[in-house]
Amino acid sequence: MRYDLTHIVSWVAHNSRVLDLGCGDGMFLSALEKERGVRGLGIELDPENIIAAARLNIDVIQQDIDQGLDNFPDKSFDTVVMAQALQVLHRPHRVLNDMVRIGREAIVTFPNFGHWRCRVYLGVMGRMPVSRVLPYSWYDTPNIHFCTLKDFEALCDELKIEIIARDFIAAESQGILARWLPNLFGVTAVYRIRSRTT
Amino acid sequence: MIESGSVGIVTPFTESFAEPLPLACGRVLGSYELVVETYGELNAAGTNAILICHALSGNHHAAGFHSAEDQKPGWWDLLIGPGKPIDTHRFFVVSLNNLGGCDGSTGPRSINPETGMPWGPDFPAVQVVDWVESQRRLGERLGVNRWAAVIGGSLGGMQALQWAIKHPEKVANCVLLASAPKLTAQNIAFNEIARHAILTDPEWHEGHYALERKVPTRGLALARMVGHLTYMSADGMSDKFGRELREGSFTPNNEEEVVFQVESYLRYQGSQFSTRFDANTYVLMTRALDYFDIAADYNGDLTKAMSAIQARCLVVSYSSDWRFAPARSREISDALLRAGKKVTYAEIATEGGHDAFLLDDAHYLNLMDAWMRQVEV
Repeated sequence: MRYDLTHIVSWVAHNSRVLDLGCGDGMFLSALEKERGVRGLGIELDPENIIAAARLNIDVIQQDIDQGLDNFPDKSFDTVVMAQALQVLHRPHRVLNDMVRIGREAIVTFPNFGHWRCRVYLGVMGRMPVSRVLPYSWYDTPNIHFCTLKDFEALCDELKIEIIARDFIAAESQGILARWLPNLFGVTAVYRIRSRTT
Repeated sequence: MIESGSVGIVTPFTESFAEPLPLACGRVLGSYELVVETYGELNAAGTNAILICHALSGNHHAAGFHSAEDQKPGWWDLLIGPGKPIDTHRFFVVSLNNLGGCDGSTGPRSINPETGMPWGPDFPAVQVVDWVESQRRLGERLGVNRWAAVIGGSLGGMQALQWAIKHPEKVANCVLLASAPKLTAQNIAFNEIARHAILTDPEWHEGHYALERKVPTRGLALARMVGHLTYMSADGMSDKFGRELREGSFTPNNEEEVVFQVESYLRYQGSQFSTRFDANTYVLMTRALDYFDIAADYNGDLTKAMSAIQARCLVVSYSSDWRFAPARSREISDALLRAGKKVTYAEIATEGGHDAFLLDDAHYLNLMDAWMRQVEV
């Protein structure tokens, strides 16, 4: 399982209802069902992924999360998960709002654009970063809304979203540094959030 | 030529029911017959049965061939057979001609026992809920304990949905293809045009054309042409026909009549249909479509209507279907979500229009295959 996903598993309650935004082939929900006994539902756009999820016995709604999630009632899930999709959304702020509306809690993971490698690329080399985690060139990338941890936390504040917990995945040698200076050394951010207004 | 994925040669049979059937319209059908085909074997527990609900012009012959010389297999042979999505190695598939049909089940062409004459237009206006009750009795007769799945497209999907709501404990899975919780005004209007074509045919004779030994073929053909047109998409038609000519040419001084391929195709569809189908059945079937409103008994609250469902549901729409548009399937899927039911929703990208649920498409067939494999028996 992808590293950011193993982090999420521990934050998901046993036997809870989980909505996975951009669930891909359903592998993660399938693992959650096995390990945590959750009842999962995925949202996905790609038809091949929907077929793959069906083969894993995972229910999926084919829907574009950027077009809104009005068809999902308030607090109809215990946890709404979105892994590595925030940066590809056209309206990430609206989706975050939807996540904390639909779920009692939400878990979101995204690549940290404030990581020192990105800063070196941009600040020293003057180029848009390309790495193993972010392999695309600027003109041909699905990632249209990068943010840093500080950016994300500022947005949460603006949206009246409470950060319950956060975790950062760093290169193995930089784990301690990431805890000390996450915005500089965290490669992937994992946030556990909920609405402050309800 | 019968291929390996075929159920082979099948023989329809007739089941007679003597117990009167009270209908939604208030009338009672004293006794009736249903023509049925089955494929595969029923298991000892009676839990591997799949009910196929047909649409407007369908019948019991869903798969296989009636003879070795038969050119065309049943209407859903693409889906039903050994190794196919509705796998007859695993499932016992039941397909019937619905009441009011014209392919052997009791309907307007049958003799009314009270008059000794064909029912004609006096055959009761059966509705979706009546079909479900007749299908329930059929299932019982065949030894089905619980349907592993009830499956239908279009009007067939309406029956499948009605099943899951009316008999929740009897339906483990429910597949709704190109369906809707009720028809829109536009949809009813198209049905009315079709009916009007039939009812204004000089050979209609108030529906008693059989007594006059006449058939309102022109009206039926026109009804089918309009209907068929709405089951296709504009892009699909452009791909299939374009502006190709069947006869004649646009060269100067050419006196020959110009016939576009699309004209010829529609005329052929209309004429074929008018010799096969019964006009009273067409009127009855379109009325059943128009009257269907699954939320009517729940103050129009679709979510409440879904609340009793126990079945896991698969809802599929087709991108170019404008007669039963994807938005209509999403209404069903969203109501199931709001009611907290298990549902998968997919929109198949296709130019096939409303008919796409009958057509070959890799995504559609792979999805059906993947989903049906998870259906436990």
